[in-house]
Amino acid sequence: MNGFALLPAEIAAPTVEFRALAPVLLVLAAACLGILAEAVVPRAHRFLVQVVLLVSSTVVSFGFLIANWRKGIGGPIAMGSIMLDGPTYFIWGSLLVLGLISLLVFAERKLGGGASAFAASAASVPGSVAESEASAARLEHTEVFPLALFALGGMMLFPASSDLITMFIALEVFSLPLYLMSGMARRRRLLSQEAALKYFLLGALSSAFFLFGVALLYAYSGSFDLSAINAAVSGPIYGRGLMLTGMALLGIGLLFKVGVVPFHSWTPDVYMGAPTPVTGFMAICTKFAAVGATLRVFYVAFGGERWNWQPMLAVLAVATMLLGALLGLTQNDIKRTLAYSSIAHAGFILTAIVGANAGTPTGQLTSVGSAMFYLVAYGFATIGSFAIITLVRNAGGEVNSISGWSGLGRKSPWLAGAFAFFMLSFAGIPLTGGFIGKWAVFASAWRGQYAWLVLTAVLLSLVAAYFYLRIVVVMFFGDAAAGVEIGNASAFTLVPVAICVAGVAVLGVAPGPLLDLASTAGTFLR
Amino acid sequence: MTFPWLTFLGLIPILGALVLCLPLKGAARPVGWAFSLATLAAALGVAGLYLSGAELDVLNRWIPAFGAYWALGLDGMGLTMVLLTALLTPIVLLAEWKVSASNEGWTARAYFGLILALEGLSIFTFMADDVLLFYMMFEATLIPMYFLIGGFGGPKRREAALKFLLFNLVGGFIMLVSVIGLYVWSTRFGGTPSYLLADLAQQPFGGWLGRVLMLGFLVAFVIKAPMVPLHTWLPDAAESATPGSSVLMVGILDKLGTFAMIKFCLGIFPEASIWIAPVMIGLSLISIIYGAAAAIASTNLLRLISYTSISHFGFMVLGIYMFTSQSLTGSTFFMVNHGFSTAALFLAVGFLIKRRGSAGVGDFGGVEKVAPILAGSVLLAALSALSLPGMSTFVSEFLVLAGTWSREPWIAAVATLGMVLAAVYALLMYQRTMTGPVTDQTAAHITTDLTLVERSVLVPVIGAMLVLGFVPGPVISWLEPTAKAAMARVNLTDPAPVTLEGEK
Repeated sequence: MNGFALLPAEIAAPTVEFRALAPVLLVLAAACLGILAEAVVPRAHRFLVQVVLLVSSTVVSFGFLIANWRKGIGGPIAMGSIMLDGPTYFIWGSLLVLGLISLLVFAERKLGGGASAFAASAASVPGSVAESEASAARLEHTEVFPLALFALGGMMLFPASSDLITMFIALEVFSLPLYLMSGMARRRRLLSQEAALKYFLLGALSSAFFLFGVALLYAYSGSFDLSAINAAVSGPIYGRGLMLTGMALLGIGLLFKVGVVPFHSWTPDVYMGAPTPVTGFMAICTKFAAVGATLRVFYVAFGGERWNWQPMLAVLAVATMLLGALLGLTQNDIKRTLAYSSIAHAGFILTAIVGANAGTPTGQLTSVGSAMFYLVAYGFATIGSFAIITLVRNAGGEVNSISGWSGLGRKSPWLAGAFAFFMLSFAGIPLTGGFIGKWAVFASAWRGQYAWLVLTAVLLSLVAAYFYLRIVVVMFFGDAAAGVEIGNASAFTLVPVAICVAGVAVLGVAPGPLLDLASTAGTFLR
Repeated sequence: MTFPWLTFLGLIPILGALVLCLPLKGAARPVGWAFSLATLAAALGVAGLYLSGAELDVLNRWIPAFGAYWALGLDGMGLTMVLLTALLTPIVLLAEWKVSASNEGWTARAYFGLILALEGLSIFTFMADDVLLFYMMFEATLIPMYFLIGGFGGPKRREAALKFLLFNLVGGFIMLVSVIGLYVWSTRFGGTPSYLLADLAQQPFGGWLGRVLMLGFLVAFVIKAPMVPLHTWLPDAAESATPGSSVLMVGILDKLGTFAMIKFCLGIFPEASIWIAPVMIGLSLISIIYGAAAAIASTNLLRLISYTSISHFGFMVLGIYMFTSQSLTGSTFFMVNHGFSTAALFLAVGFLIKRRGSAGVGDFGGVEKVAPILAGSVLLAALSALSLPGMSTFVSEFLVLAGTWSREPWIAAVATLGMVLAAVYALLMYQRTMTGPVTDQTAAHITTDLTLVERSVLVPVIGAMLVLGFVPGPVISWLEPTAKAAMARVNLTDPAPVTLEGEK
């Protein structure tokens, strides 16, 4: 009636499908609650509260995920910034399961005289009075739980994003807590802090590459949206230089997180320096999220350009497998060995990505499905191995040198047997999940006409197999190392180990159901 | 649905291995042995069902995304190998009853468990009618065998175990490429992937595609059934492993190589198999001669036996690639006989070595005067190695040579040289260790003849050699259909017999 009509009439409130997003929101909400708990709950009760929050949020979130999936909720949500499709469901489910298992190890306090794997006070200078006072007061950082939940939430968001800005935010949401947690080891703190700094600086650099790529792609296509970029790619050809440069820069940002050569150099240092439970968590969950995002970006946005990126990624895959396998042979530290192993595995996964196998109409395995299956199998073995690494100790804490693991099979046949089983899975010996995973990714690569890559990959997995066997040999046939004992752990470590053994065995003998799930979930929506 | 007897048969020893994971203290050995006897009983039951013509095949979807099936089935060759495995395992366990001599935490419980795991996996491998299932079981057998060699035996066992594993892994990984290739091409040919042997046999794996894929399989099998020049792991492994482990390694595991050549190479790639036959015949002749010559030159009894096996594997492979139904029957029969023959050799010589504490040929002499029964057992085993008529090995070697002769007499002539050399190494070995005056060393160490347990170990093995030697008919009649089927696969017929006819 009067001048109030001057206000612009059409600001639509953003719509958010809360139910569809519930799995992510619950994890992030639990993380916020955890921070709040740090402020209000008395110190003595914080640990319990945080563990309850961790377990309940991931379990309830998983319940929502299953319910949503059964109800068939899907498609673009949150104003088109998130795509809820088959791969998203599969990755969310895997991240929640693997995340929960690996985060349980964070709660282990029975080893090392009742102290957790984290520094009593991360802010104190290593070797200072403040540090020893904090230790004496038995302080502990229960903040690691909300930090880890933030990271998990970000990891879930990352591969589900269907626009590049959301993806970038997710990248930062999960990276920052990881940088922080990497620096919080209780033992060898300087090493840990150095690792955190290295991870942070290189991570920041890769984020810059990522952002630059996003900017160029925006300039090229006029949109952050993956499907819009795809439309521009398949449209009339102009500004191809812009597009290719943007794609390469974006790829660097993504492949850095996957740990692909030549963007791998942070991996060994960070894996070694970070507290072992954190290493276990990020070794699989970061990789899972990053591979998921890489698949989405390259398949959804650049699917029409695959003739340009396939040869490049094939070269990177060979370099990654080669470097991971060869340098893995020369390591004396078990965490570094597993770091190089993770690099080699990144290369194996890359072969599936290169294959860009879309499956056949009869619903066979796709590249996406096989990469996701591979990661699940790899995840169980990884979490289990790092959990066992926390148990092998002497008076000064964990023993990470391989020579210290000598004769472990005699001290604890069960744990050494479990570790050997994980190594065999990494090596791709049949009747373990790792073999089925390898088979799947190699078959995907071959279906995509990359037979030579499969041949190379098989030969290099033979080299890699040797360094896993070396560990088995040391454990079972070496002389018992003096002073090294198996820590007396609580269920927080032993239950994850048992679950991981069962997981690797089941995936090795009866992989059918999960493979079917991965193949039905193996196609992205645009 | 009928009861899945074959799955059940393979699972008994695996279950036994799992039971032995429990801390059973002193009961571990009897329990393990009981499981091996139960397996034998089940195997005999399955054999009875098979011969009565019952439907035994198991076919379930297993990994649909890969086109893999849980498919188990038996033919004559598979049946005899399963029976051989089930029969040798309890014998080996009995022979190695006191194996836990090492003080390094490797207990008899571990040994029995590993043997049972190996038995179960081998039985599944012999029954698999699906290439992926076969591959997985074939590779998985390496792990228990690796620990059997590395955990129990002589001072160089770790190196030998690693060498064994690396050689076989190389073969296995190369084969993996071909296995994946089969999947890729079976989807291209058929639309839906299938690893079933019956489905793959329908598909046109001809030309260079078939040849390349076949080579991937063949390399693995050539390493497994050790043929010169890829044989070097076997003498080392046999020298270091306990005799019981060697029996299973040479008698069962290595047979997987020749077994799989017939079942998979000929079954899926008949054309490529004919193409490669000249090479394989050449390699097998080299193996026959080289193995025998190396056996003559060996100064270590265990290495000597393993070289005799390399020579015998040459005969088996020759019989396969000569493509006559006679020679193929001979090969498959040889696989059984060689199992008993090496078992007798390894076990009898093992008892000898246990007494003496050394495996050197020169460390013995005049044993037959001190321990006549032991010496007699070694003699019988040696005679079976040289294929004396009356021993079962003679029948099979004769069949191989007769089949070979009907196609190419000169090849048979060269192979016969191997038989002559066999007589040399077998009798020379006996002469050097058993005959002559009793040396001081022998008198000092070999104070007892075979015990009751040792006799009961050797009696069934030697008995089987003699029975199969005099009455080979029934087993050969099981094996002939396998040979006929293989001939039909490669689409070749036996050469017509050459007869001289008189003037009419």
